[in-house]
Amino acid sequence: MSDHEHHDGHDRGEDAQTEEDAEHKAFEQEEARALVAETSEGAQELMPRRTTSAGELRQEVGAVLRLPEGGFVNPGDIDIERRDDQTMIINMGPQHPSTHGVLRLMLELDGETVLRTKPIIGYLHTGMEKQGEELTYVQGCTNVTRMDYLSPLHNELVFSLATEALLDIEIPPRAVWIRMLMAELNRVSSHLMWMATNGMDLGSTSMMIYGFREREMVLAFFEKTTGLRMNHNFIRPGGVAADLPDGWQDDMEVLCDTILTRSYEYDELLTGQPIFRERTEAVGNISAEEALALSVTGPILRSTGVPWDLRRTMPYLAYDKLDFDVIVGSYGDNFDRYSVRLNEIRESIKMIRQITEMMPPGDYRVQDRKVTPPPRARIDESMEALIHHFKIFTEGFRVPEGEVYVAIESPRGELGCYMVSDGTSKPYRMHIRGPSFVNLQALPLLLRGGLMADAVAVISSVDPVMGEVDR
Amino acid sequence: MSSTTSPTSPAGILPEVPRLPDRLVDQLAFPPRQTYKQMVVAFKDSGFETCSDLCAVDYLTHPGRALPDGVKAERFEVVVNLLSLSMRQRVRIRVQVPESDPTLDSITDVYPGTDAMEREAYDMLGVVFADHPDMTRILMPEDWEGHPLRKDYGVGRVPVQFKEAPGPR
Repeated sequence: MSDHEHHDGHDRGEDAQTEEDAEHKAFEQEEARALVAETSEGAQELMPRRTTSAGELRQEVGAVLRLPEGGFVNPGDIDIERRDDQTMIINMGPQHPSTHGVLRLMLELDGETVLRTKPIIGYLHTGMEKQGEELTYVQGCTNVTRMDYLSPLHNELVFSLATEALLDIEIPPRAVWIRMLMAELNRVSSHLMWMATNGMDLGSTSMMIYGFREREMVLAFFEKTTGLRMNHNFIRPGGVAADLPDGWQDDMEVLCDTILTRSYEYDELLTGQPIFRERTEAVGNISAEEALALSVTGPILRSTGVPWDLRRTMPYLAYDKLDFDVIVGSYGDNFDRYSVRLNEIRESIKMIRQITEMMPPGDYRVQDRKVTPPPRARIDESMEALIHHFKIFTEGFRVPEGEVYVAIESPRGELGCYMVSDGTSKPYRMHIRGPSFVNLQALPLLLRGGLMADAVAVISSVDPVMGEVDR
Repeated sequence: MSSTTSPTSPAGILPEVPRLPDRLVDQLAFPPRQTYKQMVVAFKDSGFETCSDLCAVDYLTHPGRALPDGVKAERFEVVVNLLSLSMRQRVRIRVQVPESDPTLDSITDVYPGTDAMEREAYDMLGVVFADHPDMTRILMPEDWEGHPLRKDYGVGRVPVQFKEAPGPR
């Protein structure tokens, strides 16, 4: 892993840049000459490597192991072209502590080098998409919030946005900003959790303790606001469940200050640490073309240098009113993915500060009695209110026919919700495009050619949440 | 709400892709099954770099959905969401797949990222993607029977006894 030099990307001077460009040009010219060089049998007809499409490349590399998953495999039947008899297929997980849940991998090993991999998922499949068809739109949030249990509020958000798009209602500005505040806080807590587990996977147990400690601060605020540390059911179609608690600005100030200060402590603990850098730099590389071909999104895509962040590129809520940077890496290795996530924590803190300042007053949910249940006090006074309350909680509200695909940027990438309504109070089809599910496809490619010992670090850097993968 | 619909486009000719102000309104396309893959290739060539999502829907109990003229509603529909980073645009391709022959061309060689998504659509709804490198179940156990997200899939119920059972009289 040695010949890969890691620049920080930002501190390179102008001169170095132009010099590098010239070098690159010279290399390209040299390459072009070599590819059409004359031989004794005429000119060579070669194409530069970069013209190979990602699809072809992937087929050629053949990173994915295509093997039956069942236990009864006759070794003679295995249809793989072995280069020699030295490779062996071993199983990792699903109970392995470093696989972040119940991910199982079948790895083809040549000595200590990983050749092909097959991720096997489904151990946590609980039929949540089917369940979603049985629950009303009011109940739906309690279901989807359990998918990606590290960023439950994003799941609720995408479900609510999809429902609102079908209902064609606009929610009040305060609700939008509360949603944004909670989503950013959730991104911080999710990335902190990732920092913690990634640290542990690389043997830095103190990082694990610190990450969990800071995450607990965010979760304490969630508990104060929503009543629960996880699975909040806070963001609902029509707004949010409750207004922010009194004195929330002070909480935000303490939280932002503490986490920002401590994020610089992580720099000392990990970023500059030689062992950490050795283990992360040039491990698990992926190029931008490969990432796009594999539909990979989120920090993994950004680590390859593609500045694609739905908050910026296809703004939802009120992200277009915030000032923030999209963090990108340059090499698409483990270290870049680490830096992207660490810096995204800081960007989110920046956003939380702006949101705290710009939070508009007003209603926190839409005042449409067909969608939002009436306040408790009204039920005692008004028969209408009582009827609406009863209807909403027994039948739910009806959503016009239609279909919609809504996508937001969750901490793991593009979280999409494809919803079909047939005009009743339950979704006809509710499909969640889980970013972990899709990103996991990059794993065979990331692991290929690497060492077995790095596999744990690579799995961690993909940040799969199995609840969302299996749904 | 996706209120704009475009007519089915013949093979190779893309529907016009207007710039839409509302990001929730995606461009829709309804290719016939035979030219679906050609259309996907054409979209890829016109700058849709990545495929965000692929899923299938079973319209068994909701046959009267709104479709543009000339598109015959079938039981299954495969929905593909393509994304263009350069144009900041999404396009949604909806293909009708009949119940009698639920097969469709695989687009894994165009967008390798649809590998797992097509397997999921097969596992959950039983739509078979021809020429997929590994058309096996992905979420359910390999020996599972039936496709759970089909509307006629029998959902098992476990009776729950909330009170103590009455004793023998």
